[in-house]
Amino acid sequence: MMETSELTKKRISDYLREGKRFDNRKLLEFRDLKIELGISKNAEGSARVKLGKTDVMVGVKMDVMEPYKDSQNEGVLSSIAELLPMSSDRFESGPPGFESIEVGRLIDRSIRESGFVDFKKLCIKEGEKVWSVMIDFYSINDNGNLVDAAVIGAVAALIDAKMPKYNEEKGKVEFGEWTNKKLPLSKSIPITMTFYKINGKIILDPIKEEEDASEAKLTLCIIEENGKKYITAAQKGNEAGLSIEDTGKIFEIAEKEYDILVEKFQKAMKEAEKE
Amino acid sequence: MTEEIREEVREEKSRELVVPGEVIVSGEDFLPGDWTKREGKDIIASRFGLAEKSGRLVKIIPLSGIYMPRSGNIVIGNVTDVTFNGWLIDINAPYSGFLPLAETPRFVSKEDLQEFIGIGDIVVAKVDSVKSKGVDLTIKIRGLGKKEDGMIIKVNPSKVPRIIGREGSMINLIKQETGCDIVVGQNGLVWIKGNTVLEELFAKESIIEITKRSFISGLTEKMERWFKENKNKSMEKEE
Amino acid sequence: MSYTKRFDGRKNDETRKIKIELDIIPNADGSALFAFGDTIAMAAVYGPKQLHPQHMQNPKKGLLRVKYDMMSFSVTERKRPGPNRRGTEISKVTEWALSEVVELDAFPNTVVDVHIMIPQANASTRVAGINAACLALARAGVPMKEMCSAVSIGKLDKTLVVDVIKEEEDYEEGEGATDIALAFSSRSKKILLLQLDGQISADELKEAIQLGSKTCDKINEQLKDAIKALGKEE
Repeated sequence: MMETSELTKKRISDYLREGKRFDNRKLLEFRDLKIELGISKNAEGSARVKLGKTDVMVGVKMDVMEPYKDSQNEGVLSSIAELLPMSSDRFESGPPGFESIEVGRLIDRSIRESGFVDFKKLCIKEGEKVWSVMIDFYSINDNGNLVDAAVIGAVAALIDAKMPKYNEEKGKVEFGEWTNKKLPLSKSIPITMTFYKINGKIILDPIKEEEDASEAKLTLCIIEENGKKYITAAQKGNEAGLSIEDTGKIFEIAEKEYDILVEKFQKAMKEAEKE
Repeated sequence: MTEEIREEVREEKSRELVVPGEVIVSGEDFLPGDWTKREGKDIIASRFGLAEKSGRLVKIIPLSGIYMPRSGNIVIGNVTDVTFNGWLIDINAPYSGFLPLAETPRFVSKEDLQEFIGIGDIVVAKVDSVKSKGVDLTIKIRGLGKKEDGMIIKVNPSKVPRIIGREGSMINLIKQETGCDIVVGQNGLVWIKGNTVLEELFAKESIIEITKRSFISGLTEKMERWFKENKNKSMEKEE
Repeated sequence: MSYTKRFDGRKNDETRKIKIELDIIPNADGSALFAFGDTIAMAAVYGPKQLHPQHMQNPKKGLLRVKYDMMSFSVTERKRPGPNRRGTEISKVTEWALSEVVELDAFPNTVVDVHIMIPQANASTRVAGINAACLALARAGVPMKEMCSAVSIGKLDKTLVVDVIKEEEDYEEGEGATDIALAFSSRSKKILLLQLDGQISADELKEAIQLGSKTCDKINEQLKDAIKALGKEE
């Protein structure tokens, strides 16, 4: 993909001033969401997510291990993201660049801090053996907003997942054999949304050119508990600063958007489960 | 079979899709043109596309997007680097374009290079010569140079002839119906500038429509109809 | 005890169901998915484009660069992310195979990057990758002398079979399993890839190569049909 020209960046902010975007969406509108489940048979759980032309795959693998010293009775989570060179000519082969690491860590914070997975229930024997959940993310086509697509994918893959058979005697997992048991998940779906600021306007779900035209971004992970919305993870990115006012505005928008996005997610999941 | 149908069948036969390595035609009489080569008696396709036979010449019309710069082409590119004696421009081709200092319409001193045209600027240029390390550009002619405003869309370079149309008939239709200023680069980049956002988006839509239907005959008439049908919708949005 | 009935009931010369999808990655210049049953390969092609750094450029013709990798969750025991020796080897042999069929004389100093990823594996991944890559290259409009197709041939005890699955790879009866990866050019019928693990006599190997060649002819027809079917829509 060619670098976005200054002309295009200017046009994007000109259009936004009139409340318009290149693809006719409203400023806070997400593109069409499509989810496919079980896209990789050898994974414990997997999903493919398409947000417009942005296309990603997420898989969940599990194993058993010794717990960490500071959480002797909890399962372990790890999330790794690879922004594949096949998904965009802006990504190079080689060790993960900052962008890959950023996506991986945002997936991790969203899943971990939201309490979506009950890690205490993933303890087999306190201090000795716990389950480890490994989330792997791959970008297939990057047309903006990989982070939000990634978390949708991770949540879908975790919902899709079935726990593998565990051989208690040997203390090992029987890879390739599964139980019918699902992961211990919370009913509240964590939704991650990254807000982008372009010339005073706030948008959601940018296409690549809009990402390039933005000055600052703020990622928030939201859950709902007992009718109240909570922010469980936040990260501001890119160089420009955000005013306290802007940030307050974003929090308000996020609470409203959560309901819309959860509905969009549930609808897409229903479609996915049919196939 | 009527004469018309016979004509269509003949036309179909003279243009068929081929894959690399496929024998298009056999015989000493034929001449290998673009993206074909002779092997013994056979003319073989060297690329995926439409094989076309016109008389004895056999060539491939590519369907996919590699743009091969040719001297004289108008191209639109994005400046990626400013060197001590010119500008490196991404023209969406296998080779970068280079605009030498000497090829600007007025004198630009070495200190003013960045000011005159900077990284990220869009430039409309003409291909001067194609070398093995890059493409030399010029902006000495009127109408060429940096674009200060407007928007850029990218299309498959093989669709460009359709967007321009015979003797510019299609591009003139688009300009007329949308009120936009438009420059079509042979490399698949199109620059559009309108008085309003809606005009520009409408022009963009019409170009995308053309690329979707590029294989249909009588496209100019069909687009005239399309403009009539959709112009009203576009006008409604403005009110 | 010889291998008379295949684990999944296929005939000895039958491949698993082949699935082909083109243009799966809009950002790429060409892309394709190729699957032998539940072994899935995705390929994306970018180029020809200028090769940096300059000292790696070839002034006589463009270069082909292949990177093959498997997704961590594509196999039953998770593969740790990052390059590994197997992936590096497969990247190289694939590069050698495809370099024979592409024609980049008209593009000196450029590179064509081919990326192959495996989202789901049940043996025969490198040959699925080559088929996906060939489709992606043709689709990208990269000039090629001819197409190329690939398949795995197995010798299970003394029986030759086409398109090996994991269960067959692990066969241990009699002479065990010999796994042979083959790729052929479509017109000149040259062997572009030959890799083998196991125990096989020269005569049996010749037979296996014949079987591979015949099968690749059939696969090539499917690759051709798929590319042309999409082309019609343009």
